[in-house]
Amino acid sequence: MDILRFITAGSVDDGKSTLIGRLLYDSKSIMIDQLEAIEKQTKNREAGEIDLALLTDGLRAEREQGITIDVAYKYFSTPKRKFIIADAPGHIQYTRNMVTGASNSDLIIILIDARSGVVEQTRRHSIIASLLNMPQVIVAVNKMDLVDYSQDVYNNIVIEYAELAKALNLNDVSYIPISALKGDNIVEKSSSFTWYDGDSLLHLLENVEVEKAVNLEKARFPIQYVIRPQTEALHDYRGYAGKITSGIFRRGDKVAVLPSGLHSVIKNIEVDGGRQVEEAFAPQSIVLHLEDDIDISRGDVIVQSNEVPETTKELEVLLCWMDNKPLVAGNKYLLQMNSTRVRSVIKDIEFKLDVNSLEKHPAPEKVGLNDIVKAVIKTSQPVVHDSYKALRTSGGAILIDETSNVTVGACMIQ
Amino acid sequence: MGLHHLDYLDELESESIHIFREVAGQFEKPALLFSGGKDSIVLVHLALKAFRPGKFPFPLVHIDTGHNFPEALEFRDSLVKTIDEKLIVSKVEDTIKERRLTEQKGKFASRNQLQTYTLLDTIEENGFDACIGGARRDEEKARAKERIFSVRDEFGQWDPKRQRPELWNIYNGKINKGENVRVFPISNWTELDIWNYIRREKIDLPSIYFAHNREVLEYDGQYVAVSGFIRIDETDIIINKKVRYRTVGDMTCTAAVASNASTIDDIINEITATKTSERGETRIDDKVSEAAMEDRKKNGYF
Repeated sequence: MDILRFITAGSVDDGKSTLIGRLLYDSKSIMIDQLEAIEKQTKNREAGEIDLALLTDGLRAEREQGITIDVAYKYFSTPKRKFIIADAPGHIQYTRNMVTGASNSDLIIILIDARSGVVEQTRRHSIIASLLNMPQVIVAVNKMDLVDYSQDVYNNIVIEYAELAKALNLNDVSYIPISALKGDNIVEKSSSFTWYDGDSLLHLLENVEVEKAVNLEKARFPIQYVIRPQTEALHDYRGYAGKITSGIFRRGDKVAVLPSGLHSVIKNIEVDGGRQVEEAFAPQSIVLHLEDDIDISRGDVIVQSNEVPETTKELEVLLCWMDNKPLVAGNKYLLQMNSTRVRSVIKDIEFKLDVNSLEKHPAPEKVGLNDIVKAVIKTSQPVVHDSYKALRTSGGAILIDETSNVTVGACMIQ
Repeated sequence: MGLHHLDYLDELESESIHIFREVAGQFEKPALLFSGGKDSIVLVHLALKAFRPGKFPFPLVHIDTGHNFPEALEFRDSLVKTIDEKLIVSKVEDTIKERRLTEQKGKFASRNQLQTYTLLDTIEENGFDACIGGARRDEEKARAKERIFSVRDEFGQWDPKRQRPELWNIYNGKINKGENVRVFPISNWTELDIWNYIRREKIDLPSIYFAHNREVLEYDGQYVAVSGFIRIDETDIIINKKVRYRTVGDMTCTAAVASNASTIDDIINEITATKTSERGETRIDDKVSEAAMEDRKKNGYF
């Protein structure tokens, strides 16, 4: 059994909440008391049958306004897999939430209303999926019951979306016709689609390869914490604690410590608070010991000597702005990447990206909440990084406003 | 499963250890809130994996309502002794006296609301800047929306509309003086994940998690242990029943479930088959209103 983390993109109108509610309900992840609670609410709203969408509503503030204001996480599992759903709202003003949810997902389900086909919002969600380098995409054409389960309608949408996917370099795309409301093709294959010979959505989710999300080629180990018991028995113990973000490390490997560039050899690898192992791989949390006594602290990155990432003080990034205060060139922010935190300054904003058309608007006057721009960032210390396209786990960084301490931006290093 | 592919429990474990070490790396004075329940026992187990052979970079803190199950207290003390770490106990009783707080009245008068005062006082007195807790997102709707690093203002309040976006595995723990961060390393675990992990890691639990005979009174479909902390009315019918606890909170607000499960395997079978959620079945305090948890969190509760 393993874990698949996925995000669903679509607005309330696309039936996104109904889809999630249906997955939870049909996979028997909803308990009686939770159902009773939503039945009660459904009655309050004077609606007809149980409103599955209510299962994903979280806060009273949202229920009162009938909206979703933030990313919520939902869980269900089958004997094959544990699923973590990032439920992000799809309205235009919530690009930031979708970027957040997508950053922690291995797969995205893009919902399309069969009656309207590929619309502006579909384009926006797909562009964001592409910018965030989502390994896999499932296009779920929903509300097929409202178009009489028409094969023509479905095929036309698939053809239209395939063009978009090609333009955006989304390579791994699967398509499925569904009706979340009726439960068609969600858990079981539906007999309503006489012409569809693919699998149900759940079957797809259970069987996609998640290994793709973990890179085992490029070894990266950012140090979080140095364990030094300083007791008599363990006087010289000095273990570097962290999580391998990608790749494999073995005892005896020649490694480099960045940004200093010092070299050493792996003496020991420990897991479980002291048990020694021969090798460890992403995403394991381990403790590493080196042969040489060199100065290493939190924020340093250990890599294989023969394959080192870039270490520079200037970063070209695609930046999603997430704060109400506008982004201004020349402003200073803290840049955090894994366990490294350095001061930085926005040197230049090259262009603003229109997330509906992919058009580039050079030298934008104002960059506000939910805007995506290409920018150049200068840092006070060299930052160890990869390009986000090549390695998601060491190509993403956040910007923190030093005065409010709030996370204001997400950077995808180019 | 391939040679370099992690099982789901290993992946969850690694994620939690990573969060623990981020706390150690980012904060000056963290604390681990220990309730004596299974989730906080799992937290201790994960902390051992994150920091041994070193010591924990934080003490355990127990907000003691005085309404504990004796078995849970006994277990707490023996665990602390075994792992040889520091334990701070803050008593709600003391806060009530010092601050002249008014206790709830009624049949199941609970100190659940009042413990928030003790928690906030303890945070302030000790200068804690991060408090690690065992809340899980599958427990409750409001929790499903809370971040892993959840910033609270100086009143301990959670503002759902002003949460920081949490991207990749990057946790922003920067705060101003007086604020603190609540950190939830097992956010992504479900109840069943916890039990499967307890089984796999052979983690010890207080005996009340397993089926035992107990004097209970049946109230509104729930079994509440007979104790000095609740009011027994003449009309109450006390029965001796074989029960276990699915969650362990206060004796006043935690209900037992009828069960014959005497091993972890039995418990996992029962939970897999159950049709009622953990909090729905065992927490008397969540039923007050639809938004009970949301309101308590906004007031500084976990």
